[in-house]
Amino acid sequence: MARLAGAAEDRSMPQAETAVMASDGSKKGAGEMGLRFREILHSGRFVVTSEIGPPKGTNLEKMIHHIELLKDKVDALNVTDHQSSVMRYPSIGGALLVKEHGGEPILQMTCRDRNRLALQADLLFAYSRGIRNVLCLTGDSVVVGDHKEAKGVFDLDSCQLLRAIRTLEKGKDLGGNDLDGAVEFCAGAIVTPEAKPLEPQLIKFEKKVEAGAEFIQTQAVYDLDNFWRFMEYARPFGVKILAGIILLTSWRMAEYMNKNVPGVFVPQSLIEEMKTAPKGKAVEKGVEIAGRMIRTLKEGKICDGVHIMAIGREEAVPEILREAGLEGGTGG
Amino acid sequence: MIRSITKQKGMEEILGLLESFQRLFIVGCGTCVTLCRTGGVQEVEEMARRLGKEGKLVTGTMVIPVACDEISQEALKEHEEPIEQAHALLVMTCAFGVQTIGRQLQIPVIPALDTLFIGKERGIGIFEEVCTQCGDCILGETGGLCPVTNCHKGLVNGPCGGTNNGKCEIDPDKDCAWTLIYERLRAQGRLDRMRRFQPPRNHQVCPRPGRMTIVQ
Repeated sequence: MARLAGAAEDRSMPQAETAVMASDGSKKGAGEMGLRFREILHSGRFVVTSEIGPPKGTNLEKMIHHIELLKDKVDALNVTDHQSSVMRYPSIGGALLVKEHGGEPILQMTCRDRNRLALQADLLFAYSRGIRNVLCLTGDSVVVGDHKEAKGVFDLDSCQLLRAIRTLEKGKDLGGNDLDGAVEFCAGAIVTPEAKPLEPQLIKFEKKVEAGAEFIQTQAVYDLDNFWRFMEYARPFGVKILAGIILLTSWRMAEYMNKNVPGVFVPQSLIEEMKTAPKGKAVEKGVEIAGRMIRTLKEGKICDGVHIMAIGREEAVPEILREAGLEGGTGG
Repeated sequence: MIRSITKQKGMEEILGLLESFQRLFIVGCGTCVTLCRTGGVQEVEEMARRLGKEGKLVTGTMVIPVACDEISQEALKEHEEPIEQAHALLVMTCAFGVQTIGRQLQIPVIPALDTLFIGKERGIGIFEEVCTQCGDCILGETGGLCPVTNCHKGLVNGPCGGTNNGKCEIDPDKDCAWTLIYERLRAQGRLDRMRRFQPPRNHQVCPRPGRMTIVQ
């Protein structure tokens, strides 16, 4: 736990009073202005992030429990933003809670619900409260969620949001006006390495990197040969890539995802492996598979880390890390 | 030819809107709603029958050739008497027609239809929206296919992460606009346009409602 203990010592970040004008907005050096997650990304070790889904309501007990469970076991925790267009407690609230409990939050921001004024304002607020990491997403359509009649905003998209962050860092807003106090963020985006067709997705990936993405958390990967090929393409871009790992909880879930989740393909071999699990032990089998995949990615130095999405099974994340040989921190 | 694409409101809703009106004059249109089969001759007659059954008194009906044309006023004048006898007009035209007629007469106008989009006929009974009048046309950048309209999220830096085998996140029968744009640009050897960062849109090119006057 030595590395984590060291990190715990400087967990309190200096509060931004008047933020210093940041540099030119391109690839930044590690360690500037206490961007701890950026330091971790550049440290050369295998990065592990996971995610917290806020509650539908103001009962924060479960979320706090998950934060406490995971905050010292991973390098950073994403807080989702109305994932699947289901109205929830806001990601910024969740991110503040992560921070208050001593974790490192990654604020997920979608463009579905807020126009450019609100998005910029939220970035100013997040920065002022010590949040330093943002994952920029376009966002699911409202029609897939639980407020199907709502207006989808999409005033900006994920590329434009990344650019907006880099613009704010230079001390200006999107209207060209000067800011009284700028921001600085470690900003990331997502990619679906197995999108079909793939090339449009890769074009978008390149645009995200150009727009300022410095880390990528991918959609769930299961076929590591395909992922390896994706990494051959992506590695030269220099952006840090964390492979998405979604815990399989049953073979039916795997089939469901194959049918319904764009860009997620669980190979038949893994479905068969899930089927071999004894009754009531499917989740254990899923944990074993996830742990094995992470181990392969780490030992093969295939990518820069993983992003574990347990979707309602946050209790299983520590077990996944144990299976992966990452219990007790990701030092190495 | 652009068309106003409409859907008839449910009878429950129509009857609710007509609750305080006993005597009605029904107006249809010979253009877009005839094509959509929501307000042409047949539909107007059917509505008259239905309202009669519901205990309403239909003072008369008419189908204006082009309801949204300013000269529809003349057509309405020919039916002045039965219109005067009515408490309200049930207008089975798109919202363009409802508002044109509503401006021309004092009597309350009640829409029987919902105007869904302005589009075009692609095949018999198949209508599609192709332009949403954003005022900042980027068709040259996207191989002639509008992403503002055809992408459900209106993205100009597409595709999104929900694209699925060339289909849209919201409907497996709907093509992903950005997959189509990619294929078109690739065929034209112009993928550099797709690689270009498109800045945030100007949503106020023409602050709504749109108005234009040609200065002579």
